[in-house]
Amino acid sequence: MTKYKESIMKAIFFAAACTSILAVTLICLFLFINGIPAMTKIGIFDFLMGTTWKPNNTPPSFGILPMILGSIYVTAGAAVIGVPIGILTAVFMAHYCPSKLYRILKPAINLLAGIPSIVYGFFGLVVIVPFIRDTFGGDGNSMLAASILLGIMILPTIVGISESAIRAIPQSYYEGALALGASHERSIFFVILPAAKSGIMAAIVLGIGRAIGETMQSSWLQETRQECLPGC
Amino acid sequence: MESINKRSYMQKLKAYKRNPISLVLSLLVMLSTILTIGILLFLIGYIMIKGIPNIKPELFQWEYNTLNVSLMPALINTVIMTLISLLIAAPIGVFSAIYLVEYAKKGNKLVSIIRITAETLSGIPSIVYGLFGLLFFVTALGWGMSLLAGAFTLSIMILPLIMRTTEEALKAVPNSYREGSYGLGAGKLRTVFKIVLPSAMPGILAGVILGIGRIVGESAALIYTAGTVAEIPKGSDFLFDSTRTLSVHMYALTSEGLYVDQSYATAVILFIIVVLINCLAGFISKKLSKV
Repeated sequence: MTKYKESIMKAIFFAAACTSILAVTLICLFLFINGIPAMTKIGIFDFLMGTTWKPNNTPPSFGILPMILGSIYVTAGAAVIGVPIGILTAVFMAHYCPSKLYRILKPAINLLAGIPSIVYGFFGLVVIVPFIRDTFGGDGNSMLAASILLGIMILPTIVGISESAIRAIPQSYYEGALALGASHERSIFFVILPAAKSGIMAAIVLGIGRAIGETMQSSWLQETRQECLPGC
Repeated sequence: MESINKRSYMQKLKAYKRNPISLVLSLLVMLSTILTIGILLFLIGYIMIKGIPNIKPELFQWEYNTLNVSLMPALINTVIMTLISLLIAAPIGVFSAIYLVEYAKKGNKLVSIIRITAETLSGIPSIVYGLFGLLFFVTALGWGMSLLAGAFTLSIMILPLIMRTTEEALKAVPNSYREGSYGLGAGKLRTVFKIVLPSAMPGILAGVILGIGRIVGESAALIYTAGTVAEIPKGSDFLFDSTRTLSVHMYALTSEGLYVDQSYATAVILFIIVVLINCLAGFISKKLSKV
């Protein structure tokens, strides 16, 4: 009887573990089944490389190149803003921060990571867009606004993961550099950071992944405009 | 008496004079930290100051209409949606973590496939989940825009999160616990449920709470699967009613552009919920480190 129960439960555990495989298969299947016919109908080249998105025209044109380029520009902008600030903040958290301050800062950064993206988007809409409108002119809905907002949004991801990567470097590296006469900053930036490179790269990749996947605030901040962006 | 390893500010300044790069670097570090914290404080402060005066009793009326713009239905829907999603995702996530840690043999091909698919799942943008939910749960299974379709979509979304945190928690249970249990004559199943799971519980709970945080904050995936009807689901087939959670409510309000004040208030409520969830997670993981 017990033997029976054991094997049943094992099968249940196994089935549960297979759920994620099933989910990915289903997602791929449904996206491809519904996506491929449309792509072949439009023509893969026209779809990926077309520069106009005018589904209501006759004949309609479905080019997503503007959106692809838009994603790349906005994500690059977000990375330019978020990555340096994030890594430097991580350095502060790991090597400059007094432990009293750390006890406040760490939960604060975690909190920043937990704020729903909808709240960020709203913040961008009511603060960043008017700010850009007043400073640079135009209507404010722009790639710049989206880049700044996404840069802020990916900060906590980059800070958190980079910090743990920096902390994972043995203290002896730092001490060795100090003993060789390097200053505190030099030992951190020229010894510890290169040693933590792979972890920091992972942080950047995860942060950028988050930036690409965000929709809500981009849809507000960029007015989902589909004309071709400058430079293409 | 000055301690020998402490430097005065004058000494520090002198060292920086000899070493301008260090000065620049440390200034940069300070500047970015101040920027990060400043942005955080500004964001929270701005939303609080604009939002708290807008929290009025009529926002918590039972029925939503265009006069009171009540967020109560959305709040209740958020709770229902969270419960159903967890009911689906938590057992599957915990069980699959149990399989991966306790049962699967090392070097098993299937295990690596499961790991890869779980990582793929955690990398898919939420809007793609929304599209998938629309194609599969809403259309192919014929559930329509419903609570159930939304909950299933969300549970696939948080599955990898729960799986990974549970896996870490299970791995952290020392092997001597398992050996002790076997030594006393318990079977594998009993060992897992009576010994390993209870001692991994704080870690699992922390993962579940992170999952709740994601459910509460999600909007893109839900707009296409659960719809945007601002009503509390009623009746016997309430699982197939269209609902809106708090995040979707906020999206709808802001997109309409008519109720900006209420959007601020909703943002404050959402923010408070997130803070509570974060505190809870912190509290539980603190308990974990004590054990």
